[in-house]
Amino acid sequence: MLEGLLIGLGAAFSFQNIIMVVLGCLTGTFIGMLPGLGPMSIIAIMIPIAITIGDPSAALILLAGVYYGAIFGGSTSSILLNAPGVAGTVATSFDGYPMARGGQAGKALTVAAIASFAGGTIGAVLLMIFAPALSTVALLFHSAEYFALMVVGLSAIAAFAGSGNVAKAVLMTLVGLMMATVGEGALFNMPRFTMGLMDLQSGFSFITLAMAMFALPEAIFLVMNPARSVQGSSKNDIKDLRITRKEASQIAPVIGRQSIQGFFIGVLPGAGATIASFLGYAVERNLAPEKEQKEFGKGSVKGLAAPETANNAACTGSFVPLLTLGIPGSGTTAILLGALIALNVTPGPRLMTDSPEIFWAVIVSMYIGNIVLLILNLPLIPYIARVLSIPRTYLIPFILFFTLMGSYIGQNNSTELLILVGFGVCATILKFADYPLAPLLIGFILGSMLEDNFSRSMQLYDGISFIFERPMTSGLITVAIILIVLPSVRARFF
Amino acid sequence: MTIFNFTRRVAIAASAALMIAGPGYAGGHQVVESIHFLIPGGAGGGWDGTARGTGEALTGAGLVGSASYENMSGGGGGKAIGYLIENADSLHGTLMVNSTPIVIRSLTGVFPHNFRDLTLVSGTIGDYAALVVNADSNLSSMSDLISAYDADPSGTAIGGGSVPGGMDHLVAAMVMEAAGKDALNVKYIPYDAGGKAMAALLSGEIKALSTGFSEAVAMAQAGEVKILGVTSDARVDAFADAPTMKEQGIDTNFVNWRGFFAAPGLPDDKLAAYQDAIDKMYATPEWEAVRARNGWVNIHNPGDKFQTFLEGQEKVIGDLMKKLGFL
Repeated sequence: MLEGLLIGLGAAFSFQNIIMVVLGCLTGTFIGMLPGLGPMSIIAIMIPIAITIGDPSAALILLAGVYYGAIFGGSTSSILLNAPGVAGTVATSFDGYPMARGGQAGKALTVAAIASFAGGTIGAVLLMIFAPALSTVALLFHSAEYFALMVVGLSAIAAFAGSGNVAKAVLMTLVGLMMATVGEGALFNMPRFTMGLMDLQSGFSFITLAMAMFALPEAIFLVMNPARSVQGSSKNDIKDLRITRKEASQIAPVIGRQSIQGFFIGVLPGAGATIASFLGYAVERNLAPEKEQKEFGKGSVKGLAAPETANNAACTGSFVPLLTLGIPGSGTTAILLGALIALNVTPGPRLMTDSPEIFWAVIVSMYIGNIVLLILNLPLIPYIARVLSIPRTYLIPFILFFTLMGSYIGQNNSTELLILVGFGVCATILKFADYPLAPLLIGFILGSMLEDNFSRSMQLYDGISFIFERPMTSGLITVAIILIVLPSVRARFF
Repeated sequence: MTIFNFTRRVAIAASAALMIAGPGYAGGHQVVESIHFLIPGGAGGGWDGTARGTGEALTGAGLVGSASYENMSGGGGGKAIGYLIENADSLHGTLMVNSTPIVIRSLTGVFPHNFRDLTLVSGTIGDYAALVVNADSNLSSMSDLISAYDADPSGTAIGGGSVPGGMDHLVAAMVMEAAGKDALNVKYIPYDAGGKAMAALLSGEIKALSTGFSEAVAMAQAGEVKILGVTSDARVDAFADAPTMKEQGIDTNFVNWRGFFAAPGLPDDKLAAYQDAIDKMYATPEWEAVRARNGWVNIHNPGDKFQTFLEGQEKVIGDLMKKLGFL
């Protein structure tokens, strides 16, 4: 392994490759900040450029840099504008946005930057040590286990139910699950609930729904309630990056746990950053002492650090099935696989023996990429955070512009704008009535995966016997039950 | 969430980047001034790669002056087809890429149009289908798979990366039918992407996988799967170790073609120019580079030949779908 690492260091530290990392990270960060352009689209844009470079290591280093940059940049719009551009950063906005609104935008961005850095770096170490061994772990998961994993992911809503009305949170989750059934599912060749509209045939788009649930109602609330714009803070606070020693000691164990948990969830093809971030949030909330638990959802540093660490670690983890089995676990890694094949590199078990320089160059570039991102971003945070000190009269149109653009750019379809505004108005009304909107979005994101894996398992086992016959499935379902029941038990007896 | 798109602007930016970095242009024998490619799905998919690769070869070889691209997803491709038909008069400079699903989806009525409503330019490339098993599976030929199926039909699940009634399912059904089995009893497990179906095969969740031949070759070369049979008439040069279905006594063939369509009512001279450009493209080194990079098989079916081919495929698929109860 040491020998391989040296090959990788040699390859990655060439002048050309350092330029590639910096270029990739910069491009990724800046485009990634725009809601609507996630890592997948940015990588697709960069592929023609990467292919003309010709050298597979350099091209892959560039694309990996873009990938990390995009994830890094993606959390910025979640924190500042409550506008998560990709599913993996939805959980980031739960506590990141309240922090920013409370006048701690700079601190929130710093916590996110450090958590991302740690998640990515620890993920890279785990990838280096465990990649060959983990390829078999990824294959232990059948559809039944994925189904159970989605159930565990849904138990994250218990974390929201705790702070408000349980019935409301469950109701919103069900609405989300129902919305996920619209369109042509993976398991049916006929469109469902589309009311004959072609625009609904592929279902609701995630970005439109995320903008409608989070960003749009927030902008409307800002218009209606002048006092809500950055409460009680001077402009200096917004830019203040400092994290107190107490906060540092609070987030350190969170980062440690979530790097590992996130990485292992990322290894599973198809699970990825989204589940990792929701689960990370739920687990950390359950582990937190009761006093800190109340902070979750209102601007807890722990609640911000958990999903940010987990989604970055998971992204690194998703390279395991890609590099060792040639199996793309997510849309983004599928595009990366396409790029690799175009560069005449066939990922799979032989990659490490046939072209070790590529394998190791990628891993080393992950370390470099994360360091470069941290160096690039920390000095920029005060400037980025200044977005929030823009006067309301300019800030609100700015948010609305990005909301509408994000939703249009995703689908290139003007009907999305009507859907966005329609749901945005509904969401605002629900927000008035104090219904939590996050469970709806979680239900929507996990719904189709839940359904697909459940019906696949039903077909394979001719019924639901898989829940009892497969030990890992039963185990995961038990974990979900514990996650749901634990908060109320703790509230009653401790 | 999994489907997304380029905006036109981003697509143009990407193609501009391609052009800046691309090879120099050989002038002198330009056939068509410019082509606007309409891609009915998102960036990074098969349609997208076909349109961009063809555009790259055509402009690189100097046969076409410039190429632009537009992704328009929605309705499983139906939105782009509707757009091409509704705006036919103003879209003479546009070519739409499509493939086997246009036949399947118009049969099921997912969209109201079919290929007869468009001007058929040319089928350009194709990919055969294959049934594969895990490299350490105890099955090593089609007859092994069929005896395993006879012994335990419900335990011999075949997976694929398309919906029931989609291409991967139809191929599996077609093969089992040709082997004298009842396709209705074949347990087909759908996955929402080829990669996830491959993971399920390697994990042992399914016994065999119906997939595209080029994907199967990549995995076979990595030593992860065995190809039981390919749906071509003769062995394919790219991977001659893979036996055909026919040589194993299963009389069936299937090719997932990709090709280009234009708006209805396209003037004949325009159509002839497009077909001429595509015809000349096959002999260029630029096309050969793109083709080899993507592992495509040249299957050139211009104009009337394209029509005959599509009608034949429509009949075979239609009969099978009726049998399976999808129509």
